[in-house]
Amino acid sequence: MNRGNFSLENKKFRLFHNAYIVFLKDLQMEFRSRYAVNAIFLFAVTTLTAISFSIGPVRLRSEILSPLLWIILFFSSMSGLSHIFVREEEQQTADTLRLVTTPNAVFLGKWFFNLVLLFALELVIIPLYLALMGVTVDTVSAFLLILVIGSIGLSSVATLIAAIISQASAKGALFAVLSFPISLPILISGIHGTRLVMDGEPLSECLSDLQILISFSVVILTLSVLLFEFIWRK
Amino acid sequence: MIYNKSWWKWSLGIWMSLVIVGAFIYAPAAKGLGETSRILFFHVPTAWLATLAFLISAISSIQYLRKQDVKFDIWASSAAQIGIIFAALATVTGSIWAKKIWQSYWNWDPRETSIFILLLIYAAYFALRSAIDVEEQKAKLSAVYSIIAFITVPFFIFIIPRVYESLHPDPLINPEGEIKMDGRMLQVFLSSLAGFTVLFYWILRIKVDAVKLKLHLQQQNLKKS
Repeated sequence: MNRGNFSLENKKFRLFHNAYIVFLKDLQMEFRSRYAVNAIFLFAVTTLTAISFSIGPVRLRSEILSPLLWIILFFSSMSGLSHIFVREEEQQTADTLRLVTTPNAVFLGKWFFNLVLLFALELVIIPLYLALMGVTVDTVSAFLLILVIGSIGLSSVATLIAAIISQASAKGALFAVLSFPISLPILISGIHGTRLVMDGEPLSECLSDLQILISFSVVILTLSVLLFEFIWRK
Repeated sequence: MIYNKSWWKWSLGIWMSLVIVGAFIYAPAAKGLGETSRILFFHVPTAWLATLAFLISAISSIQYLRKQDVKFDIWASSAAQIGIIFAALATVTGSIWAKKIWQSYWNWDPRETSIFILLLIYAAYFALRSAIDVEEQKAKLSAVYSIIAFITVPFFIFIIPRVYESLHPDPLINPEGEIKMDGRMLQVFLSSLAGFTVLFYWILRIKVDAVKLKLHLQQQNLKKS
């Protein structure tokens, strides 16, 4: 309708403002029920405890430690990150959201919420993991970069797939099945990079893994924003 | 229309028979790999068709999102259905060959990993399709999924060789860019590739026409009742 470029700056600004409002709304909803937070944190802690129990006092090598960390992260996010769209469909608030704001604002707001949730999880689970498994990480900057960029990619995959499965039946099982092939590039290069970090390699050794993580995250986030409109509009 | 003529189907039958005879009698066995190398004439075309079907499915999905025409959804889902059969065939033939040469059916060679990921994506695609009841939703959501999955695949080409080492022979596409095949082997191989591609087109057309006919009959029944 008003596609004139006179309000281009204004429109861009409004997109992020609207996305921020969607994010705040979801944050408030989450504080009210605490469903996603409970699911994701309890799942992660339970898995970590199970692994730690079964391993006991044995010191594992980095080839096993780094996949274990990413398996915990992946399946924890699979347990909670779909809630963001499933809730809208279950409580039948999706149609109202369709009316009040643009698809891009909805996607960005919900993606940001999932990202914050994943960061919060990592803030708790990573120190616990390092302490329980007795891992020391020398190059902290590389480790953090891999985790942060990996989370950005993982949350955009999860948010888009959540939007898809919220309109299907058998939501829970489908979420992990659909997300796994798409997030494999993140998992493979994340695991590879984390292994190098745990072996004490410097940041320069992990650069090619970081390149893959960054390029994949950018591609998948752009594609999600482009395709989300088709999923969201009815 | 050429598709409705039967002469090309007859010639394809003769062509494929010649390929089978040629694969076992005319072409020599590859050096170093021995008689097992003859699987290449059937294994490589199936892997190629699995990839081609995936490409056709993704392109039809993009067309569906642009035009919202049910025709493109039929093409996308039919191509995927045939693609998963060829992907399974490529996996099984490759696995049997791997047992003979590498003494193990499965060892996460990069080629094995990529065909496995392709199978996973196809499986997820059909799981999604079976979980949605409304036809338009089904077409739209699976089209979106097919596009994302297709964009993911090129990344594996860069990632997987970094992590896993390959033992898989590269007969045609190799880093040196030269063809390491005997002349007669190459003849049979290319004929087989062409024959399988036409066969794939034939199967795909039958599948698409069958689905269209089913849809047409459903609409007729709705009008009657």
